[in-house]
Amino acid sequence: MGETLDIMERIRESNKSVTTGLDEKDIKHWVTIYIMGKAYRVPADLTLMQAIEFAGYRFIRGAGCRAGFCGACATVYRKEGDYKLRTAMACQTRVEDGMYLVQIPFAPAEKPSYDISKEEASLSVVFKYFPEIARCVSCNTCTKACPQDLEVMDCVQAILRGDFKFAAENSFECIQCGLCAMRCPAEIVHYHLFQLVRRIHGKYNLPPEPNLKKRIEEIKEGKYNEEFERILKLSLEELKEMYRKREIKLD
Amino acid sequence: MSELKFIEGYPEYMYKLIEIVHETRTARMKEPPKAMTLEEREEVLKIHPDYAPGGKREIKVGPNKGEIAPNEVVDLLEAYPVIDPDEIDLEKVDYEPDVLIIGGGLAGTTAALWANNMGVPVENILLTTKLRHGDSNSIMAQGGTQAADRPEDSPVIHFLDTIGGGHFANKFDVVRALVEDAPYIIQWLTELGAMFDRDENGNFVELAGGGASRRRMHAAGDYTGLEELRVIRDEFRNRKIPCLEFYPAIELLTDVEGRVVGAVLWNMETGEYKIVKAKVTILATGGFGRLHIRGFPTTNHYGATCDGVVIAYRAGAKLRDMDTAQYHPTGAAYPQQIIGLLLTEKLRGAGAQVVNIDGEAFVYPLEPRDVEAAAIIRECYIRNKGVTTPTGIRGVWLDTPMIDLIHGEGTIKKSFPGMVRMYKRFGIDITKNPVLVFPTLHYQNGGVETDPNGRTNLEGLLVAGEVSGGVHGKNRLMGNSTLDCLVFGRRAGITAAEYVKKGVTVGKPTLNHVKKYIKQLEEAGITTKRKSPILLPDYRGKAVLARMIDIF
Repeated sequence: MGETLDIMERIRESNKSVTTGLDEKDIKHWVTIYIMGKAYRVPADLTLMQAIEFAGYRFIRGAGCRAGFCGACATVYRKEGDYKLRTAMACQTRVEDGMYLVQIPFAPAEKPSYDISKEEASLSVVFKYFPEIARCVSCNTCTKACPQDLEVMDCVQAILRGDFKFAAENSFECIQCGLCAMRCPAEIVHYHLFQLVRRIHGKYNLPPEPNLKKRIEEIKEGKYNEEFERILKLSLEELKEMYRKREIKLD
Repeated sequence: MSELKFIEGYPEYMYKLIEIVHETRTARMKEPPKAMTLEEREEVLKIHPDYAPGGKREIKVGPNKGEIAPNEVVDLLEAYPVIDPDEIDLEKVDYEPDVLIIGGGLAGTTAALWANNMGVPVENILLTTKLRHGDSNSIMAQGGTQAADRPEDSPVIHFLDTIGGGHFANKFDVVRALVEDAPYIIQWLTELGAMFDRDENGNFVELAGGGASRRRMHAAGDYTGLEELRVIRDEFRNRKIPCLEFYPAIELLTDVEGRVVGAVLWNMETGEYKIVKAKVTILATGGFGRLHIRGFPTTNHYGATCDGVVIAYRAGAKLRDMDTAQYHPTGAAYPQQIIGLLLTEKLRGAGAQVVNIDGEAFVYPLEPRDVEAAAIIRECYIRNKGVTTPTGIRGVWLDTPMIDLIHGEGTIKKSFPGMVRMYKRFGIDITKNPVLVFPTLHYQNGGVETDPNGRTNLEGLLVAGEVSGGVHGKNRLMGNSTLDCLVFGRRAGITAAEYVKKGVTVGKPTLNHVKKYIKQLEEAGITTKRKSPILLPDYRGKAVLARMIDIF
């Protein structure tokens, strides 16, 4: 008993650097970053997000899932002595010495409304809601801006060819951070456009699933009612026995 | 750490240990480890953070007085409100919707859509959320959503798996609703255009999660939650349902009869409060990962701070199963930048074994989560067969390259693009080398007690998703959380619409319950300066905090 308690304390201790604010005395290596132009010395092992927090900022905007899935922490940065503007998700990028950074936690982009059940899988739908797509000059700036490394421009071009499948599949890992739209000289809102295309592809181009339909009907008809009622009357011990004996079929 | 030599993203000494994983792989694949018996499970669970001594205490006030919960949760229940109830002007009502939904993840968004589907006009719905609409644990869900749709499967088998995983502590009528609605939920999502993984014939690709006896996990790569959430959020936005972002609820409102009649919202950026009076309130605020129960790192999003449980408890809502927390067996233990982040269970579903420092696959990879997590802690801290990172964290290997060996080259890239991308950003190729893992705080198993239609013991208050308690018992299975949000979000939306249709009249909003709760705290001798809800964790550097002057 004492031993397990001790183990829990050792686990707590080992994780302290990520569960509470960092203590300077535990840090060996430092870098300097510039948050909106202001210099801060921060530990070298942190992500941009952790470093900004270490510097004393408490996020309201600019932090979401903290794991690369939500697009809340879109960041633009430049390195000292370099003219190139780069993009990153602050929670998924390690700090480097001499980074100048700013977060863009909101994109003021237009989002058209549509009723997906009344649309069809055709290019006319895209032009109806996103006419600006025709202005794409294939400059590839969107692709360069994508922190997910998606082939953004290829998706736009695929849509213009009517290839929704390509666009849906290749934009699938889009986390809708908005950096593409903020950089696009044609003012295309790629992430909303791709959302429409994926929904159209998912709804109209993917086949219905016979198993799913059948099971929904069975449940509606009450096929499992009797079995449920029988099980719900069992004692806890009988239920445990039933669970223990259940067949495992994972092949 | 710069004095260490790195090979393929790992310090040299760790890379040498990886060679053992490579060498033992063929033999391990031929003789995979066997599943534990219920007795063996019981034995290993003694080292699980839920069952290990310490870490919890008795709740001294409120509906669950005398029950046990983690210290971090009790700290928030035994804390004073952030507002002084006498200072809040309740005469001026800012919003007066029929249905107020607090929380913008899968459960809240689904509830809004279904309230609308069932006849509540959009202008009579209001969804409010602490961060952006969609910022939630839902959006980070990787592995999938369970639905028993294959011929060899049935809702009854899904039911059995779920209650066994939950240690038979689940509310059975709620579980039945979960499993019987599941296939319909998948159909609803596909009709809205969600793209689940399909094989070349167009059939769903379904893997198994831990504790499941059939393959019934409907996934969208390892971006399942993102796909589900962005599709229904798009639908929500198309319908122009009113939504407030960066507006957390900081207290509920009750009328003289104790019914919940809305909430006090707080603009996080300006500090202004708003009063919402509603006929029915749906709480869908998610869980508590950012409380770092027992000092564990977490997979959870930034706002997972238990707010919903705190404000509902003050209004008199009954909680259940708050004594257990779910620790996901495989959180990242290396590199430092991603400690605690999730490595989906689907990796083990696809065949990756969990391996110790000697290259032994010491545990069946698909035990229920609490059992799997406990086995990893035992391996690292009792049997001392873990690998220690340069910052002192212990972990075991998750042998990801096995997946391509079993299912063919390219499978990892195709099925786990999120995982490949995350590790690539830090110099590690998971198709080539294993990754180091250790359990991480993942899920609030319990919460506000619900019935099969989202109702609580308080009239006017419904719950859905992680904030609710009952469906998962003492331990949730993989693929049942997104399902929970969708099933009970839908049911809560429908219940709310029916409730409103009946023609409810609600009384004048008050904060009487808050005043009463303050009195109870004082009577129990709780003299803390703690305040709750906390809304966000605080990771600012200690040196800055020590020299901070609070002027603004």
